[in-house]
Amino acid sequence: MIDVWFGLEKLLLIGAIISFSLVVAMYTTFAERKIAGFMQDRRGPNRAGPFGLLQPLADGLKLFFKEEIIPLTSNKSLFVVGPALAMLTAMLTSAVIPWGNQIEIAGRTVSLQVADVNIGILYVFGVVSLGVYGIMIGGWSSNNKFSLLAAVRGASQIISYELAMGLSLISLLLMTGSLSLKTIVEQQMQGGWGGLLGWNILYQPFAFLIFLICVFAECNRTPFDLPEAENELNFGYHQEYSSMKLGLYLFSEYVNMFISSAVVSTLFFGGYDIPFVNEVELANSIGVNMVALLGFLTFFAKIAFFLFVFIWVRWTIPRFRYDQLMDLGWKKLIPLALANLLITAVVILALNK
Amino acid sequence: MGVLTNRAKTLEQKPMTFWESLYLPAIFKGMAITFGHMFRKKPTINYPEQKRPFSPVFRGLHVLNRDAEGRENCTACGLCAVACPAEAITMEAAERQVGEEHLYREEKYAAKYEINMLRCIFCGLCEEACPKDAIYLSETFAPSDFTRKGFVYGKENLLIPHPVNEKEKYEMARGQREQQLKNK
Repeated sequence: MIDVWFGLEKLLLIGAIISFSLVVAMYTTFAERKIAGFMQDRRGPNRAGPFGLLQPLADGLKLFFKEEIIPLTSNKSLFVVGPALAMLTAMLTSAVIPWGNQIEIAGRTVSLQVADVNIGILYVFGVVSLGVYGIMIGGWSSNNKFSLLAAVRGASQIISYELAMGLSLISLLLMTGSLSLKTIVEQQMQGGWGGLLGWNILYQPFAFLIFLICVFAECNRTPFDLPEAENELNFGYHQEYSSMKLGLYLFSEYVNMFISSAVVSTLFFGGYDIPFVNEVELANSIGVNMVALLGFLTFFAKIAFFLFVFIWVRWTIPRFRYDQLMDLGWKKLIPLALANLLITAVVILALNK
Repeated sequence: MGVLTNRAKTLEQKPMTFWESLYLPAIFKGMAITFGHMFRKKPTINYPEQKRPFSPVFRGLHVLNRDAEGRENCTACGLCAVACPAEAITMEAAERQVGEEHLYREEKYAAKYEINMLRCIFCGLCEEACPKDAIYLSETFAPSDFTRKGFVYGKENLLIPHPVNEKEKYEMARGQREQQLKNK
């Protein structure tokens, strides 16, 4: 009987997280266009609904009503699988992120995390690596030179930056000693000033910087958006796609951004930790559920900030040249990450003695 | 190669210094600039709600004029059509019948008067050619339309409202016209 409730609880949570990330991704597209407008002294979309708030709905409807074209010479089954895979891998990562502390409903303690696996970060890495397949399959099955070129670029870029990303995280893992994202958040909450002094960004600023740069590359965002470089590759791997299949590709980019922001906030910015507040004391006065809600809102604020940074950077920096991109990944970020790893290890060893 | 003008600058391409090759300082500088731009005043005008003020000599849509008693000024002499460099004006003349003296000021009038607003270049030569002050260019411009036919304006679109029967509309159509004529 307990198992049924457990399953129901998890199903509800999964549904809530997926719909929440989709809505957030939807409004990130809106924020993207609005902020792009502001940064270029324009107003951005403001015609659909008050302040243009219905714009994402209009965009989505437009994509749904477009004609669906599957090129004659494409590999038809793979052509359909590509965007589905891109979206799937984008959503999968959300399973291990702790979205908040536990809540209590009718005497049951419900954790706001779908699966607290003890290899959380490894799982994230695994799924992110699978993300290459969405791009690769889409580009390859289109049977188009530009798409294939873009897909190869995207794949090699993601693989190269995964190395630096992993190395930068290892130095973080040396400190936390755990791969579980929940444990990492809880460790950060132990710090002074209500958790603020425990945030990993204070101890691993270099790891954070390298990780952030790699996240940009993994999400194919400017300055690393070479797979879809409009001016040289005609939109890249999703050139042959139309209708909602194109929509899924574009949308998965925004879901990826959302999830990556969540991962960065979890790893380096205390996750659902509310700064300057001791959660345990607060829970005694206003109840566990309220604290969980506040914690989630704090977490969301951190995510929103990183989403803004994603957009901000996109409308500031031009795209890297391909050799510059590879140089940065292999010759700068990986040695930096290695050096950071070494220093962290030495310091931890010295402090433990 | 020699320098062609005194404004020419020789560009020195040095290899990047260590500080520059970090990219990050330059990136932060750029991000500060774009962030500053977010709060700038936007030069955009929200068109249908807000309208840009036109200059007093703006040449917009044509108006076929009436005199103070509401009689049409136009005598279909065809001078405007001749003057028109875009050949946008066509007209058909007709003779005034007995009993129509309150409608047309002189014995001849334009039974049909059409301006193709897609051809018109709004140069105002028709206004200058007109000996009867029967046509002038107003302050508005042609609204958008879905068909080409919609841009061929007939008399029903061009004629100014009756100054006696529809006084308010007439005043509105005249707008700043009297003031502008005085200033000329």
